Amino acid sequence: MTAPTRSFPGAGALRETGRLFALAIDVVVNIFKRPFQTREFIQQCWFIASVTILPTALVAIPFGAIVALQLGTLIVQLGAQSFTGAASVLAIIQQAAPLVTALLVAGAGGSAICADIGSRTIREEIDAMEVLGVSPVQRLIVPRVLAAMLVAVLLNGLVSVVGVMGGYFFNVVLQGGTPGAYLASFSALAQLPDLWISELKALIFGFIAGVVAAYRGLNPKGGPKGVGDAVNQSVVITFLLLFFVNFVLTAVYLQVVPAKGS
Amino acid sequence: MGAEVVVEGLTKSFGNQAIWRDVTLTLPPGEVSVMLGPSGTGKSVFLKSMIGLLKPDRGRCVINGVDIVTCSEAKLYEVRKLFGVLFQDGALFGSMNLYDNVAFPLREHTRKSEAEIKRIVLDKLELTGLQGAERKLPGEISGGMRKRAGLARALVLDPEIILCDEPDSGLDPVRTAYLSQLLIDLNAQIDATILIVTHNINLARTVPDNLGMLFRKELVMFGPREVLLTSDEPVVAQFLNGRRLGPIGMSEEKDAAQIAQEEAHAAAGHSDGSSEEDLRGVVPQLEPTPGLPERMAVRRRKDRVMQILHSLPPAAQQGIIESLTHDELLRYGLTAPRPRPAEVDDTQEIPAWPGGRP
Ligand SMILES: Nc1ncnc2c1ncn2[C@@H]1O[C@H](COP(=O)(O)OP(=O)(O)OP(=O)(O)O)[C@@H](O)[C@H]1O
Ligand SMILES: [Mg+2]
Repeated sequence: MTAPTRSFPGAGALRETGRLFALAIDVVVNIFKRPFQTREFIQQCWFIASVTILPTALVAIPFGAIVALQLGTLIVQLGAQSFTGAASVLAIIQQAAPLVTALLVAGAGGSAICADIGSRTIREEIDAMEVLGVSPVQRLIVPRVLAAMLVAVLLNGLVSVVGVMGGYFFNVVLQGGTPGAYLASFSALAQLPDLWISELKALIFGFIAGVVAAYRGLNPKGGPKGVGDAVNQSVVITFLLLFFVNFVLTAVYLQVVPAKGS
Repeated sequence: MGAEVVVEGLTKSFGNQAIWRDVTLTLPPGEVSVMLGPSGTGKSVFLKSMIGLLKPDRGRCVINGVDIVTCSEAKLYEVRKLFGVLFQDGALFGSMNLYDNVAFPLREHTRKSEAEIKRIVLDKLELTGLQGAERKLPGEISGGMRKRAGLARALVLDPEIILCDEPDSGLDPVRTAYLSQLLIDLNAQIDATILIVTHNINLARTVPDNLGMLFRKELVMFGPREVLLTSDEPVVAQFLNGRRLGPIGMSEEKDAAQIAQEEAHAAAGHSDGSSEEDLRGVVPQLEPTPGLPERMAVRRRKDRVMQILHSLPPAAQQGIIESLTHDELLRYGLTAPRPRPAEVDDTQEIPAWPGGRP
């Protein structure tokens, strides 16, 4: 029995994917293991929030504005002007907010997590921890993943509010829409599940960002240079996964939850 | 008494780069063993395979009846609590100061009060000469200090098995001497099984009960210290004396042309940088500091070695017998040092002692 050197094209990618899933399952299992690392969790939440809140808010305002402007023009062309409010709110809450959140959690939070775990790995801290009989997944990864999820959900709320306000401002103040129509159409078309799916997406995106960052951090290739590459890859991989998962979730949601008023 | 570690047919490769093959050895319980080997022969990889951090391709590593190559994750974490491991670079937690680093295993695995923890931690830090540096972060101390702090952390749970990856690298000769004494004293006090990986010939000559050497992807030999110290094996002779002449080269192996060239240089009077004197031979072993209990391992090892004496090479036999006191000679039924046992054939192959209890 020698090392498995025989392989087929794509075997490496499959193996990596498998191990990523294994880590994800490991994280889920370890979430329920006591003692829960409350301190680490709070520290990580604080850290991730502190690196993401400001950029998220700054991105959210122009994003809300773009959506409002684009949809506003389009809807005027279609002659459904009174529905501008609903359309932009739905677009922001369901699509823009979770994605903006996830991109920032992955880009700012995930890269920091990956760099941190990666440098611990090459300093053999992770090995040392395992040898001391402490599971690094339970001790380090779980609090980080949970923190990424919590911060993603909270940020999602922030982006929704800021984005909707931005949209309202542009629609009412700059495009001459009426506040009444905006709000009326909002309650005519939007429904509570829209908000739930938005938060659910943010939660899942936070999980993915955290797990991918941790996975790449735990497996850097060859020294400090490897950590840099790992951070880079973790952000790219997360983005790819996020857009794919977003597509799936959106498709499922649109099938499962009937649109209001139809 | 420390746990016995039985390694059988362990083989490890990374991709298609074989690191070592079929390593079979037994760390006798409570004894101190040293593993030598040129840089890059996979000594660190061997230690990591022994504690399940790396997965060997095949073979077994049995500790207290648990094969850590195949056992479950939960079992593995259980077995690892027996270990104290000093990593090559100390592997301290960068975000904690030295005190918290050393206290970490106690806080994780025991229900001791903070006062008790403080007593133990300060005791271990003093043992390794780090008093006064408790509040420093690992980034703020020297490499040698990191090493010693790593050792303090490895010792804090009174482990049954202690693995040290190059405890002496980055330490000055005086500190290395203190460290050798520390390891022997520790063995006398807690009777732990100790495996030390090192390049330090002086430590290898004076500290261990058993010596082994890894070279060319294999375990060249492993057995009682006298066997390796008196060996005629060219690799061993070269390594012990730190010569350039011999099979070990700058990259692990040399080709015939280079060997011939070096021999020609040596014949022409060009020194190869080593001292003339031959460092082989059995030298007295380090004893615990006076006042400490006697090392139980010494007696156990003598009993064991005397049983397998006839299977050892003649030079080793002679070394062992010469190191016995008069009383011991009587106890083992020998009268006077025999000049050279004739009944054994002059075999070069040194078997690790058969598995099971020696
Ligand atoms: N994670 C790894 N992936 C691939 N190859 C590795 C890995 N770790 C070690 N190696 C290879 O294994 C070999 C042995 O490495 P190891 O660190 O065990 O050497 P060593 O005997 O401890 O040397 P030194 O005395 O210099 O510490 C080296 O050739 C190294 O390239
Ligand atoms: Mg090494």
